[in-house]
Amino acid sequence: MSTNTAVSPVVTIKQKTRRDHTLLKSVLFLLPAWILLLIFFVGPILLTFYFAFTNLTLTGTEAKSTEFIGFQNFVTMFQDPDFRISVVKTIVFLLFSAVIGQQVLGFILAVLMKEKNKTFRRIIGIIVLAGWVTPEIVVAFCWVAFLSDNGTLNMVLQHIGMKPVTWMYTFPMVSVVIANIWHGTAFSMLVFQAALDDVPKSVEEAAVMDGANKFQVLFRIVLPMVKGSIVTNMILVTLQTLGVFTLIFAMTGGGPGTSTQTLPIFMYNQAFVNYQLGYGTAISLILLVIGIGASLIYMRSMKAEI
Amino acid sequence: MKKRMFTKIAAVSVIGGSMLLSAACSNESSSSESSGKQVVKITYRSGGGTNKGLTDWLNKEIIPAYEKDHPKVDVKLAPLNVSEGDYFAKVALMLKSKNTAPDIVTEDTFMVNSDASAGYLEPLDDKIKDWSDWSNYNDSVKKGVIAQDGKTYGVPYNTDSRGLWYNKDLFEKAGLPVPWEPKSWDDILKAAQAIKDKLPGVTPIWMNSGKATGEATSMQTFEMLLSGTDTPLYDNDSKKWVVKGQGLTDSFKFIDTIYKKKLGPSLSQVLNGSGGAVAYQQMFPKGKLAIGLDGFWQTGNWGESGSAPWPDAFKTLGFAAMPTQNGQAPGTTSMSGGWALSIPKNSHNKDAAWDFIKLASSKENNLSLLKKERNLTPRDDVAKDPSYQEIPMFKEATEFLSFTHFRPAVDKYPTVSTQIQSLVEGVVTDKITPEDAAKEYQSNVTKIVGADNVIEK
Repeated sequence: MSTNTAVSPVVTIKQKTRRDHTLLKSVLFLLPAWILLLIFFVGPILLTFYFAFTNLTLTGTEAKSTEFIGFQNFVTMFQDPDFRISVVKTIVFLLFSAVIGQQVLGFILAVLMKEKNKTFRRIIGIIVLAGWVTPEIVVAFCWVAFLSDNGTLNMVLQHIGMKPVTWMYTFPMVSVVIANIWHGTAFSMLVFQAALDDVPKSVEEAAVMDGANKFQVLFRIVLPMVKGSIVTNMILVTLQTLGVFTLIFAMTGGGPGTSTQTLPIFMYNQAFVNYQLGYGTAISLILLVIGIGASLIYMRSMKAEI
Repeated sequence: MKKRMFTKIAAVSVIGGSMLLSAACSNESSSSESSGKQVVKITYRSGGGTNKGLTDWLNKEIIPAYEKDHPKVDVKLAPLNVSEGDYFAKVALMLKSKNTAPDIVTEDTFMVNSDASAGYLEPLDDKIKDWSDWSNYNDSVKKGVIAQDGKTYGVPYNTDSRGLWYNKDLFEKAGLPVPWEPKSWDDILKAAQAIKDKLPGVTPIWMNSGKATGEATSMQTFEMLLSGTDTPLYDNDSKKWVVKGQGLTDSFKFIDTIYKKKLGPSLSQVLNGSGGAVAYQQMFPKGKLAIGLDGFWQTGNWGESGSAPWPDAFKTLGFAAMPTQNGQAPGTTSMSGGWALSIPKNSHNKDAAWDFIKLASSKENNLSLLKKERNLTPRDDVAKDPSYQEIPMFKEATEFLSFTHFRPAVDKYPTVSTQIQSLVEGVVTDKITPEDAAKEYQSNVTKIVGADNVIEK
């Protein structure tokens, strides 16, 4: 310690100038990115906050004379039965398609593919990935073609002597949930594959030596070791799914009635069908709050740090 | 070391700067597009078979004639290939900015008031004052383009009426009278039931019933019913919305009955945005549909240049007036709307646009449009023209105008209309009972227009 202090004045000055130098350098390099972020990211977010407290509309008198109306939009929202329905639908969609569907299926796929033949891994990997790389709107069209009244599934059913079912009208939520699982599972699979590959083989072998069976190894050893990846994946998948609009809009339009009206669809309807832009922005803020809330809950419950 | 850093920074700033510059340039170039020529852009809705007649008419007749007289003006079509519901939102967004606003826009008359109140449209009073043709326009149609401030914001190019299309062959097979003249809602239900019992495989009645069909659900279905009850949508004397009345509940009930008794199409068909096209371009021509509650313009589908040419349409189909609920006076009802040509406030070439509208709205040109479009004329002098009256069914449809209703010319109408659409879809999908739909209508509409602007009847 003492020798350190004796030499330090010279070093600190040198270090200081170098540190200043690096600081300046990083500021300069980050500046373009900051400016772009400020203009295209922070700006709109601030505007969103502002518009959420106004009666802005797309057309009509209020479009000309927009007024600040305080919390009126939020009061209307919490009294609106349609909003409550949408929150429930959003949570159902999130829970079944993302948290349960994509995660569990992705994890099972990753576990099953672990340490398997390379060619096998590659083929299965490509098949699952195909769903993920397909653009959302194309996924929606594929599933509409598959599930529609005269679609593939009904054709097959009729061939084996069963009655056709109007899938997207009788089971709308199930339809969009399955489509979203099909679309998104590959992402979870990739994350878990990477995480599982990082689990040292020696640890598993040691557990087996101590007499643990396969399930015990998986649940007691492997799962806790990939906890961090699970939380990260959970957050990413949740945020992705909260924002899903195209898939549902193209498949069911949020209908029939309000059966698949998740918050993004509800927001779109209020802003661009009912022309209530201010109200629509207020809903988007709530969506943001739900996303943040869900992420915090995951992090807390898993006691993980990202 | 220093030098390398400097070059790096220079490179980054050059790239960044050029990006910003290119963004600025692209903005500028869009406003000064042509080479010395003035540009008049016309925006309307297209896609599928939509406005095929209008496009044809503009391209082959009006634009060549106009450009011959005005060699310095270049008329460009800028159609929006979107659904009916999206069209109004897109137009509102376009009109907001000088960079995107066209010079002429086709406005559904129910949006004129909203868009005018928002300051998107140019009042045309000064221009109309010196235009002798304006006196030939039908007064009730003119009301559709006058906003709450009393100014005129567009020149109508068509109007319409609504009624019951029915297939005479199917009616005869089911033992129903032809010509069909239903006297009450019950008569419609009875006829539909007879079709269902005697002709399996035929859909008895089609009414637009979903959110996806947008304004067609409010106007062709709900308002056609409501206008035949004792509860009006809007009280013109007190200028207030009627939010409670037996007519509201009964209208929802009628729609509910159609689907409860399985007299309508399957929900997966009717709740689809392209449902109307399925009904009038496929089911009617194939004899799979017996009754359709819709607008007169559907005949446009069946003409030679239509989306589903059907030469026998006028022999096979009849167009009956919609009865009032219990046959109360005047016995029949209809709803009318129509479209108008308007000039956006943000247009760059308002004078050229006005010249274009004047040419397009002349007696000859209007007549030629309506022959293609198969819609009704807003001009009294065209209506009297023998070649207009000869067109099949134009006479019947024009007669409906004597007892027709117009939508309230208030800027909140579009929002109330979307309420109606979601409630109707709620009723047909059994998410809500007709009684609750009426209650929800009351609370939602009160919220939209304010408690001071509603009454009960």
